Amino acid sequence: MLNAERTPLTGKRVQLMATCLCDAFYDDLAVATVQVLEHLGVEVVFPEAQTCCGQPAFNGGDWAASRKVVRHTVKTFAGDEPVVVPSGSCAAMMFHGALLEFEKEPDLPEVEALGRRTWELADFIVNGLGVKTWPGRFDATVALHRACHTRGTGSSEAAAMLLRSIAGLKMVEFGEGEQCCGFGGTFSVAFPNISTAMGDLKLDHIRAVKPDVLVSGDMSCMMHLGGLAQQEGKPIKTQHLAQVLRDALRGGVASSG
Amino acid sequence: MKFQPIDQFAATLPPDKRASVYQSTKATHEKRTKLLFDQFADPNRLREIAGGIKQHAIENLDTLLPRVEAKLKANGVRVHWAATADSACATVLGIMRARGATRMVKAKTMVSEEIELAPYLEKHGMEALETDLGEFIVQIDHDHPSHIVRPIIHKNRREIATSFEREGLGAYDDDPGTITRRARHFLRHKYLAADVGLTGANFISAESGRIVLVTNEGNSRFCLAATKCHIALVGIEKVVARDRDLALLLNLLGRSATAQELTAYTEFISGPKAAAQPDGPEEMHVIFVDNGRTEVLASECREILRCIRCGACLNVCPVYRQVSGHGYRSVYPGPVGAVLSPLLLGKKFPQKADLAKASSLCGACHEVCPVNIPIPDLLLRLRHRAKEESVPSPGTPPMGAWALLASQPTAWKAALAGGRVLNYLPAKLLPVPALHTWAATHTLPPWRGGEFRKWLRQRPKP
Repeated sequence: MLNAERTPLTGKRVQLMATCLCDAFYDDLAVATVQVLEHLGVEVVFPEAQTCCGQPAFNGGDWAASRKVVRHTVKTFAGDEPVVVPSGSCAAMMFHGALLEFEKEPDLPEVEALGRRTWELADFIVNGLGVKTWPGRFDATVALHRACHTRGTGSSEAAAMLLRSIAGLKMVEFGEGEQCCGFGGTFSVAFPNISTAMGDLKLDHIRAVKPDVLVSGDMSCMMHLGGLAQQEGKPIKTQHLAQVLRDALRGGVASSG
Repeated sequence: MKFQPIDQFAATLPPDKRASVYQSTKATHEKRTKLLFDQFADPNRLREIAGGIKQHAIENLDTLLPRVEAKLKANGVRVHWAATADSACATVLGIMRARGATRMVKAKTMVSEEIELAPYLEKHGMEALETDLGEFIVQIDHDHPSHIVRPIIHKNRREIATSFEREGLGAYDDDPGTITRRARHFLRHKYLAADVGLTGANFISAESGRIVLVTNEGNSRFCLAATKCHIALVGIEKVVARDRDLALLLNLLGRSATAQELTAYTEFISGPKAAAQPDGPEEMHVIFVDNGRTEVLASECREILRCIRCGACLNVCPVYRQVSGHGYRSVYPGPVGAVLSPLLLGKKFPQKADLAKASSLCGACHEVCPVNIPIPDLLLRLRHRAKEESVPSPGTPPMGAWALLASQPTAWKAALAGGRVLNYLPAKLLPVPALHTWAATHTLPPWRGGEFRKWLRQRPKP
């Protein structure tokens, strides 16, 4: 479905695309991503000039603005190492979205090359490195929100496989799991009534199975659902997959944030 | 704050309407998925093959359309070409006048809704009666269909019983069996009195000239059983190359549309009645309708012409479920409508360009489409076209300044530091409308701009 063809992995050095969301709000998630990758013996390089994947403008139809950002990203992530992203939607922007907006551009091959070596984190761990179980312990009931942008890729199944393998962790499935949470980037501010109605429906399904933690491979969905729940005065605990994996290594309980 | 028209429509939709749309679409989607995955080892592969069949057909219309025309003529069918909605309507009227006909019975056809045939004929003194139960109810209520397969998905049986009482079809009774019996009784007499029967076509084969119709009520068969003249309105994209293509397409259509292996009636019509046949229409016309399709074919969104009108993308779409069909202001609502409706407008594209924005791009529509149309990609292309044509888009934040920041690392880092103001000032004091909208319903996480980079710099080297 998605253009998710991958260059085979060779070394164990990766470039981390931390995402603008981590840069601005979720530093602990980026830290956890580094710690999880280093636990797997992967050397993590962080290209300092990185900003954003270009997705907001791409989705908004402003492809000229988006291409400017993508070109910057292509330049920033030069080299041959895999690029690992703790976000399905930013990863899909690199291996699918950007190709659409560059289809008539002379530098399409460079964009395609970056796409082929960009991996969503869970996909990289399970399908790239071949790691199928996770050590440590995490004593909590967890619901996994399968984010939409990696439909048709191995990401959601990879995340579920890792979570299920953790000692002490109990996975619960909730209703209509394949439905969108309603975030959709700028969709959430241009269509606020529809977006929040979708989010409330998702929260109803999630609350019905009473998880201790709601987990996702995409923090933007968690920002939306967590932000809605908190504003409604019925907060839910949200974490990114990387934070759960990191906390499991510490043998413990969910960290804050 | 001004938001998108669909969002405003959703906000004012009565909760009971939303609930009935939600329940019905959810149930159909779940049955559809179960049926496909229970019965086929790899339904997704079938969707790809079916997509290939239809893509091949639309890319070869230049040879398939003359071929099907020749076949139809050889089968005794008169063929007409209509470039616009007006010419399609005028062709129907001309056929009726030439026969001295005044009464038409209609089977359900989306293209007749698209060209607004029934009101046109009524304006010219003809009766054009809908015989599909849902379309019949839409017609007596002077309403519009809100779903391409289930036109009255937005109505409940109490509303229908009230309409029937008003139309003199019997005292108020909202039992579905009674409603159906009353409609059947009324329609049976109309079939017998009608001069002309009008249908659409789900498919038409260039190999044989066969028209394929699928229905669940048998009304299309009645339309053709009693009338002497059959008119079929056919969008030019309905052609498939070979009869055997129909095997897969019909198998996917019923399952995707209504979670049926096949619909209750599947008709293959090869022409007017032969001399040896006791009854059936003695005259048959096929009107091929373009009405903007050639322009869609020339666009970068031509894959949308693969659509076989099953409605699966409407059923799964979380936005359609919140909005219902009328919010799309179009004959074709939901994800397929958000692509097709603005495209069919040609130069008036800006009037419905907003529809392409009414999606979180979740991709569920692509995942269920029986002909594998990459709807999210097409929505994105239309958003790009809207931007190029400077169509206003209320609520969508401008991206120019952001793109400048995000392509200048120094400016980006400065913005990361500057964002801290969010932690001290209420969002409504900041001059960013999108932030006001967001903060009205969401608690913002604390701003931690630059903290990760600081951690990286300060930590001991691994």
